[in-house]
Amino acid sequence: MSTQPQAAQQRYTGPVPLPQQESDYYWQKCKQHELWLRFCNHCSEAYFYPRDICPNCFSRQTTWVKASGKGELYTFAIVHQIPRPNYQGPLPYIIAMVKLVEGPTMPTSIVGVEPDPQYIKIGMPVEVTFEDITENISLPKFKPA
Amino acid sequence: MGTLSRQAAIVGVDESDQIGRIPEKSSLQQHMEASYNALADAGLSIKDVDAVYCAATSPLTIAEYFGITPRHTDGTSVGGSSFVIHVAHALEAIAAGRCEVALITHGEAGRSQRRSGGADMGTPGAQYELPFGIASPPMTYAMACTRYMHLYGEDRTRQAMAEVAMATRKWANLNPKAFFYQEKMTFDDYHNSRWVVWPFHLPDCCLTTDGGGACVVVSPEVARSCRKKPVWVLGAGEGHDHSMISQMPDLTRTIAYLSGREAMRTAGVSHRDIDLAMIYDSFTYTVLTTLESLGFCGRGEAPDFVAEQRTAPGGDFAMNTNGGGLSYCHTGMYGMFLLLEATRQLRGECGPRQVQDCKLSLVNGTGGNLSSTGTLVLAAD
Repeated sequence: MSTQPQAAQQRYTGPVPLPQQESDYYWQKCKQHELWLRFCNHCSEAYFYPRDICPNCFSRQTTWVKASGKGELYTFAIVHQIPRPNYQGPLPYIIAMVKLVEGPTMPTSIVGVEPDPQYIKIGMPVEVTFEDITENISLPKFKPA
Repeated sequence: MGTLSRQAAIVGVDESDQIGRIPEKSSLQQHMEASYNALADAGLSIKDVDAVYCAATSPLTIAEYFGITPRHTDGTSVGGSSFVIHVAHALEAIAAGRCEVALITHGEAGRSQRRSGGADMGTPGAQYELPFGIASPPMTYAMACTRYMHLYGEDRTRQAMAEVAMATRKWANLNPKAFFYQEKMTFDDYHNSRWVVWPFHLPDCCLTTDGGGACVVVSPEVARSCRKKPVWVLGAGEGHDHSMISQMPDLTRTIAYLSGREAMRTAGVSHRDIDLAMIYDSFTYTVLTTLESLGFCGRGEAPDFVAEQRTAPGGDFAMNTNGGGLSYCHTGMYGMFLLLEATRQLRGECGPRQVQDCKLSLVNGTGGNLSSTGTLVLAAD
């Protein structure tokens, strides 16, 4: 089912996020290869995903903070089959959740490591790396730190 | 809800005419066939129906297609658990006098009408999960399972997943309506099968079939006039605690820990009283985490609980006796079929797979990305 990875790198054909008013800043910063989080001034917690309301305390006194881009692998899975007939990317690939040092857990994919469970360990340190998929969108992926 | 116990009963259930690979029929046809058959099972007419409950499809569409004008409607759509929750909502509506005959209906051309593209790319899921290839339930549930393996041991979790897949297949081999009725499976078959999303082998994943199911819930007065003995709703609970998998508060515990407790409390029963557990098996792992969340065993103990084919025919914990979403049918929103089997078992209609002296069944539906649960305790008349 896999196709040449070169083809995927030449022209990205996957889903492209559509930034909203409350997430535009996040995607702008991703474009600059920086990871930013929403932060609640009321309960002093960073949270993911970006939205105007704090999911911990429902406060609207929220702002943005720059994240270190470092964290640890919280969980992962290795995708060997994708149900979308129009998917053109390489298989298998690694999907994951990363627990950032700032606290929140975010969904992502892991690159720079073989898609084989013997090389991927929950708890291993990872750091963000950005993949430019369009002129305006860069995806925050993670690689072993 | 203690006072609502036995205030409504399931009196009719059935599948659509065919379930399995039926690409030529629309979802509405599946709805219609199932509802027609379930009303016949109850001995009721479509004219008796005064409430319509469905998920995914709009109740407006269903009522128009059926040619009815309901006075009560519930379109609660929280994934495959929806229909289990509908039974609880029907109970509440009936007890409040808002309706007498609630038709809960489901139809889905799951195998042949997969959605692709056209999604709103501004939703949280489309912005933060989909672009990373987190695109379907096998992927989201797999990430929860990997976390479970990390906490409680990969090898024993793997063995438990194989046990569940095998036991469920053995039940399917006793159900002529099951997709895998005639296909046996061995442990070697399980371990040698291909990966879908590691850590899920193919037999860890539910089927994707077409089909429909329907369930008629009525007041005690109507129940006495029906063709078959009623199956009483003793207790119910429901809940949800996230939508996207990355927002799940605890990857190894579903909200069944609350809905199950509430269902059993309102029913006034304990785990030992349950003769049949119908546990939504979207994946083998779903069963493990659900058994723990419901309190049938402690956290991390499900691998011991299901060991040595305990849930298979002849085992001492009857579970998913229709062959489950894994081996009987799974249309995308399987919860309806839990209700069908629990009702049939409590009526004693299940032939070679009948659970002896089946008086009490616990039904737990799970929907979304381990997001929502509905739990019922159902009792034979």
